Amino acid sequence: MATNPMHQFNVYRIGPEIKIDQIDISFTNASLFMVISSLVILIVFNLGSLKKRIVPGKMQLLAELSYSFISKMISDTAGSKGKPYFSFIFSLFMFVLFCNMLGMLPYAFTVTSHIIVTFVLAAFIFIGVTVIGFIKHGLGYLKLFVPSGVPIVLLPLIVIIEIISYLSRPISLSVRLFANMMAGHTMMKVFGGFVISLGLVGGWLPLSFSVALTGLEILVAFLQAYVFAILTCIYLNDALNLHH
Amino acid sequence: MHKRLVLYLFILSLAFFTNVNGAESEGMPQLNPEFWVSQIFWLILTFGSLFIILSKFVLPKISNNLEMRKSQILENIETAEKQKIESENKIKEYETLINNSKNEARNYFNEARKKIIQDIDQKREKIEKDINQEIQNAEKEIIELKKSSPEKINKIATETSIHLIKQLIGEEINNSSISAIVEDLSRKNKEKNYDN
Repeated sequence: MATNPMHQFNVYRIGPEIKIDQIDISFTNASLFMVISSLVILIVFNLGSLKKRIVPGKMQLLAELSYSFISKMISDTAGSKGKPYFSFIFSLFMFVLFCNMLGMLPYAFTVTSHIIVTFVLAAFIFIGVTVIGFIKHGLGYLKLFVPSGVPIVLLPLIVIIEIISYLSRPISLSVRLFANMMAGHTMMKVFGGFVISLGLVGGWLPLSFSVALTGLEILVAFLQAYVFAILTCIYLNDALNLHH
Repeated sequence: MHKRLVLYLFILSLAFFTNVNGAESEGMPQLNPEFWVSQIFWLILTFGSLFIILSKFVLPKISNNLEMRKSQILENIETAEKQKIESENKIKEYETLINNSKNEARNYFNEARKKIIQDIDQKREKIEKDINQEIQNAEKEIIELKKSSPEKINKIATETSIHLIKQLIGEEINNSSISAIVEDLSRKNKEKNYDN
């Protein structure tokens, strides 16, 4: 069990099998960590918004700093038009961040290390952004694929490239997060395995490496959540402010 | 939508791993579609409820807090500026008051000095007048005395010389002749004195 570094990504049923019309929606360890992440986020931000003090306490400061961090991120990338989507991007960032961070705890399951989860999020963002783009600009949104200042001869090629790059957004977005999470956790597991197999004599090197890797992974956990959120903002910006 | 996604990911996974069934047991559990639907279901459920609760209840409170703080800080800055202006005015007032009172004090002092000087001058004048008067009086007296003294001296001299002569000779001599001699002598003396 300990030797297989992919074992940590196994999804298994917790409790009874729940089926609706032959579709299995059983509660699994992945579901458990999604629920835990959501609850932790709600608890943290609820605590942070309970007391309305002029000089904030720790929790209030945390909540307010996160709020202004995301708010600034949106206004920097998508401008003032991005304000209505603040709640969604805030939830998205926090959900991904907390799933990543909780995944760093020993014996925890990393929800975002599953391609299906990240892909559903990315696909939702992709579809949402596309719908917003068409609502805001009508068919004019298709101008997104026709960059200005390109010679007519090159235009067919450029349009095709633009369409491909647009369509690959959900894949790149989801695979980036999933691959980072999976690779990091696998690496940690592999080095953890080395510590055991090399024992007291040689285990110190992989152990120290493992410690360093933990720090790196915490950084990656934050960074990937940030990248996920900021790319969402950038896609949203394309849909809101069409100026290609 | 889900079916399409599943199909798409199957193709994706085929690109990476030729044997999907092998991945199920040995390779990546991520590519095992057994719990995909469950994961999608629970993701939508948890993320959806998280989004709704955050956007309806939690985030408005935080933004309210931030707004409240901003407005309160602005208010405080405003009142601080007002108070600053007020205090500056007060300082100006205070300075003018101090200047006025200094001027007043100087005026009082000058007036008092003038008064005192006047007083002193008046008194001095009076005293000088008195002194002059007294001096004049004394001079008058002296002059009078001076005027009267030769006659008296003459008289005394005549009397004494009469008495002397009487005692020496035992004869009475005419009063008038002796006084004439005395007057003559005194006149001579006077002339001598004046000559000197």
